[in-house]
Amino acid sequence: MMQMLEGSHAVAEAVKMSRPQVVSAYPITPQTHIVEALAEMVANCELDAEYITVENELSALSSCVGASAAGSRTYSATTSQGLMLMAEVVFNAAGMRLPIIMSIANRAMGAPLSIWNDMQDSISLRDAGWLQFYAEDNQEATDLHYIAYKVAEDHTIQLPAFVCFDGFILSHTYEPVDMLTQEEVDRFLPKFTPHQRLDAADPISFGMYATPEYYLEFRYEMDKALKQSKDVIAKAGKEFGTMFGRDYSALVEGYRLEDAETVIVTMGSLGGTVKDAIDEMRADGKKVGQLKIRVYRPFPAEEIAKMLSHVKRVVVLDKNISIGSKGAVGLEVRDALYGLRIPVRNVVLGLGGRDVRKRNIREIVTQTEKGQGELFYGLRTEVL
Amino acid sequence: MALAIGCRARPGKARDNRTGSWRVFKPIFDDARCSKCGMCRTICSEGCVTEDAEGRFIPDYAYCKGCGMCAAECPKDAIEMKQEEK
Repeated sequence: MMQMLEGSHAVAEAVKMSRPQVVSAYPITPQTHIVEALAEMVANCELDAEYITVENELSALSSCVGASAAGSRTYSATTSQGLMLMAEVVFNAAGMRLPIIMSIANRAMGAPLSIWNDMQDSISLRDAGWLQFYAEDNQEATDLHYIAYKVAEDHTIQLPAFVCFDGFILSHTYEPVDMLTQEEVDRFLPKFTPHQRLDAADPISFGMYATPEYYLEFRYEMDKALKQSKDVIAKAGKEFGTMFGRDYSALVEGYRLEDAETVIVTMGSLGGTVKDAIDEMRADGKKVGQLKIRVYRPFPAEEIAKMLSHVKRVVVLDKNISIGSKGAVGLEVRDALYGLRIPVRNVVLGLGGRDVRKRNIREIVTQTEKGQGELFYGLRTEVL
Repeated sequence: MALAIGCRARPGKARDNRTGSWRVFKPIFDDARCSKCGMCRTICSEGCVTEDAEGRFIPDYAYCKGCGMCAAECPKDAIEMKQEEK
């Protein structure tokens, strides 16, 4: 049913209907509304879950690791500094192959302190072994939670997942969202059946010690499972589409790509602005298209190469920067297109909540067509 | 041994960890020089030296870490530490 919901509340509602048995989180802007809403649902007996209140994010994710190992469906949410405080446990959760789902309301990293949006937080943990989904709007942010649980808990995958959406831009914005009913969610997402779990009657330890003879192979198996999850995502996304009409089987989506000469690659909420800018540019006769990356881990390199093989030039918009190098997505898109002789420009923009407007997109396209433009877009040179 | 997903393990013993893989120097026992005093067995931190029916002392290379204590303490210099190529 279509409802007018704040992004955070839509996500909280989707999490509730996914029936997590343990929720543990620590409030941090701009994620707070999600866990506030979930705490209320548990207190009002609308959600039958343990809500473990903790002293910080390290404990929040640690609680989820314990609960997931004990066989519970678990959920957490965080952002920015909170995610970094969890970092050690983020790697451990993936290594122990625990299908924890965590929402990331993307926010810039301090210092300087910023509560506003970019993607530096989750991008910085791209190597941890979690799936990473990025939502363009609140509908996707909501639906991707169901997909994430289904894929993460698949016994051939058994890896945790981030569901990322831009802080404030989505988390605090009211949009119409088509919410599933509990009955529909139950039909799509069955009860969690752990492959193995902690049980005093049949003891087992998780994430034990691997000597140099074994460690490399453990990392290989994680990499293999994460890459295999592409097929599981496609299957779950298609099933979701058949049941509810919104197909999430594609890891990347094209917009007006067919005859496009210049293609803008985006992740997250920027996608909507770019689509509108493309419509305007198309009306002016410019052949511009968009490629949206919805799944960043596993990285859809083959899919990107296939969809962009015919274009003249590509510009990748990154709301993050690997300081001293370039934007993370730009580097990987260029790697995906290696050998195709397509120039790939990388643009770092919108960091720390700097607004990105349609006119900015148009300017970036004009620069790219002329082979101009720096890595950082929109610098206020008067303050430098 | 096939990998257990997530490096999960059932309860076991320290013996399950075959520490011989840590070894860089391998103790080679020279029975001709050995006086059968048993010091190597006493001193072995891994407890992996045993005496056979003829009274010879034999290290179990599956567990010997190559610490070299037996060679250092042997009163007859009957144990030589040799670098091992793996």
